Amino acid sequence: MQNNELVISAENLSKSYLIGHEMGNGRGQESFREAVGRHAKSIARAALDMAHGRQIIHGNEVEEFWALQDVSFEVRRGEVLGIIGRNGAGKSTLLKILSRITEPTKGRATIRGRVASLLEVGTGFHQELTGRENIYLNGAILGMSRAEIKAKFDEIVDFAEIERFLDTPVKRYSSGMYVRLAFAVAAHLEPEILIIDEVLAVGDVVFQRKCLGKMQDVAQGGRTVIFVSHNLSAIIGLTSRAFLIEKGRLVMAGASSEVVSCFLRSTQNELQASGDLSAFRRPYRAEGYVEIRSIKVCGKEPGVAFIGLGDAIAIEIGLYVLRPVERAIIVINILNEQMEVLASIVSADSGFDVSLDSGFHTMRCEVGVVPLMPRDYRLSVGVAQSHGVLAWDVLEPVPGFRIDGKQSSAWLQASDRPGVLLLDSCKWSQQS
Amino acid sequence: MSAPVEIILEPGRAEKNYWRDLWRYRELFQVLAWRDCAVRYKQTVLGVAWAVIRPVLTMVIFTVIFGRLAKLPSEGAPYPLMVFAGMLPWTFFSTALADASNSLVSNSNLVSKVYFPRLIVPTATIAAAFVDFFIGLLILVVMMIWYQFAPSWQILLLPFFVFLAFLGSLGPSLWITAVNVKYRDFRYVIPFMVQFGLYVSPVGFSSSVVPEKWRLLYSLNPMVGIIDGFRWCILGGESKIYWPGFGLSVVVVASFLWLGIRQFRKLERAFADLL
Repeated sequence: MQNNELVISAENLSKSYLIGHEMGNGRGQESFREAVGRHAKSIARAALDMAHGRQIIHGNEVEEFWALQDVSFEVRRGEVLGIIGRNGAGKSTLLKILSRITEPTKGRATIRGRVASLLEVGTGFHQELTGRENIYLNGAILGMSRAEIKAKFDEIVDFAEIERFLDTPVKRYSSGMYVRLAFAVAAHLEPEILIIDEVLAVGDVVFQRKCLGKMQDVAQGGRTVIFVSHNLSAIIGLTSRAFLIEKGRLVMAGASSEVVSCFLRSTQNELQASGDLSAFRRPYRAEGYVEIRSIKVCGKEPGVAFIGLGDAIAIEIGLYVLRPVERAIIVINILNEQMEVLASIVSADSGFDVSLDSGFHTMRCEVGVVPLMPRDYRLSVGVAQSHGVLAWDVLEPVPGFRIDGKQSSAWLQASDRPGVLLLDSCKWSQQS
Repeated sequence: MSAPVEIILEPGRAEKNYWRDLWRYRELFQVLAWRDCAVRYKQTVLGVAWAVIRPVLTMVIFTVIFGRLAKLPSEGAPYPLMVFAGMLPWTFFSTALADASNSLVSNSNLVSKVYFPRLIVPTATIAAAFVDFFIGLLILVVMMIWYQFAPSWQILLLPFFVFLAFLGSLGPSLWITAVNVKYRDFRYVIPFMVQFGLYVSPVGFSSSVVPEKWRLLYSLNPMVGIIDGFRWCILGGESKIYWPGFGLSVVVVASFLWLGIRQFRKLERAFADLL
C-alpha cells in the first residue's frame, strides 16, 4: 500500500449560514402603520419561504455568516491529523462537511475511502435495546454490513469488556460501559478515514489509553485519523501534523507541537495585550448589569501566572458594574486542560456577597494553597445574583495558571502521572 | 474489503448519487425498521395487546353506530367484517403518518451526526407499522372464521393493495416529516388530520353510500380507492369496486408520492442544520 497517497484533498471549502437580525428603521420611532407593514412583509416572506421549502429567517435583516472560508488542505494515507481551534472557530463545520452531514456552500473536496466519524459517544444507541442489539444497530448506522459486524462481533465485545452485560438494555449500563461499547464499535469499523471529535474526554484513564492505542493501530494499519480535541497534550502526543482553525479559516498547518504552541501563544497574547477578555465566549450574559473585565492570578495576567508548589493562590477579578446590583456572588471554577471542573469556588460558601455601585470594582479571593498536580489549569468565572436566578456574566474557560513543579522530584515531573490532587505532606513511617 | 470509493463533496453533489446511496444503505433501512419494531413492543406493557384492543373496539363502535343505529348497507357481508376490512388500511395509514412525522425529530442525533440518505428514516418507520397491520390481518382471519365467511379468488390480489396502501401512506408522510423538521408545531395538526380523515374516508361505512354523481369527486381522497380495494379483495362477491374512482385514487396516490419525495429531497439538505 502506498503511504503517501492522498486520501483527502480539499479546495476552498466554504460554508455559510444565513442569520437574521431584527433592525429598527434607525429613526428611533416607528409608526404603527410602519410596524404593521414591516411585519406583514416578514410574514409574507416567511410564508413564501415555507412554500418553497426554504429556511425561515427571523428578523428583517439577513446576514450571511461564513462558518468556514476557503479552507484548502491535503491529507495523506496513514496520517494522524489533529485539528485545534477555539469553540466556534469552524472545526465542527469542517468535520460535518467531511463526514457528509452538510454540503459545502462553495469549494470541493475529494475523499478516497470510507469515512466514519465518532462524533459523539453512543450516537444512535437505543436505550431500550440490549448491548448485542445495539452493536448491530450502531454498526449499521456507521456503515458496516451485517456480515462485517458478525465477523467482528467477538472482537468488539472483547474490546468493550461487556461480555456479561451483552443482553442487558444499555439504559442499565454505567457511563463507562456505554462509552467503551460505543468506541469499540466505531474502532472496529475499519474505515479508511476515522474522524474522532472529542470523545476521549470521557471514560476512565485505562480505557482512554486503550483507545489511544487503538487509534495508533488504526493509523499504522495505513488508515487515516482526524482527531479534534481541546486536549492539547493528546493532540501533541497522538498526532504528527495539526491544523489551527480560527474564525473559519485555516491559519496554520504544520507539526503538532508547533501548531499547539502557536495556538497557546495567540490566546495568551490576546489576554496579555489588553488584559481584555472580550475574545472569549460568554455563554450567559445579561446585558447591562455586571461585566467581568479582568482576571488576575497572584497579580499576573492569566496564562502567564506560574505558581510554585505549595504557594498560596490569590485571584483578583475586575468587575465593571453598569447598574447598581445587590447581593452579587462570584463563582470561580478551576479546570484542567481537558476542561473538567476540578473545583468550584462560590463566594457565598465563604459568606461573601456584596452590593455594588456603578463603576469599577476589584474582588480579591485568597484561595490558599491548592494541592494540585504541577500542570496547567484554566479558570472560568461567573458573577450572579445570590438567589441564583440570574447570571449576569459568565466567562468560558480562559488560560489560568501553571503550577510549577520544576524543583521537584522526577516522579512529579512525569507528565503522564495520573491523578488530580497532589498530596505531598503525608506523614510516612515504617511500622514494622 | 472493496476498493476504496472516491467521494466528491461539492455543492449540489449529493443530488446525483442519491438513489445509488439509497440502495447502498438498504441494510441500514432493515436495521432501523427492525429497531422501530423491537422498541415499539419492548417499551409498552400493553404492546401487542394494544394493537389488538384498539382496532377491535373501534370496529365495535362503528358497527353499532353505522350498522345498527344508522342501518347502512354492508356490501353483502357481515357489517363488522366490512368495517374491519376498511380499518386495516386506514389504521396503517394513520399509524404511518403519526410515527413517520416524528421520525426525523426523534432521530435527530443520528441525522445531525451521521451521513445516510434521510429518506431511510421515515420509510423504515412506516415499514415498522406493518407489524400492527399483520396483527390486524390475523384478527380479520379469526373474525372470518367466526362468521364462517369464505373469501373468493380476489383475496389473492390483496398484496397489491397492501403495496398501494404503503405508497399511499408514504407520500403524505414524507411531506409532513420534512415540514415537521422545520416547523415543529406542525405535529399538532396531524392528530386533527387523522381524525378528520377517519370521517371523510369510508371506514365505518361503505363508499356505496355516497351518491353516484359524487363518487368520482369522493375518490379524490386516495384512501377511498385503497379501502374499496381492500373490501373488494377481502369481501369478494358483492362488494363492487368503482373502477373510475379507483383509477383516480391511484393517480392521486402517485402524485402525492411524487410531491412527498420532491419536498423531502428539497428540505433534506438542510436537515442537519435545522435539527
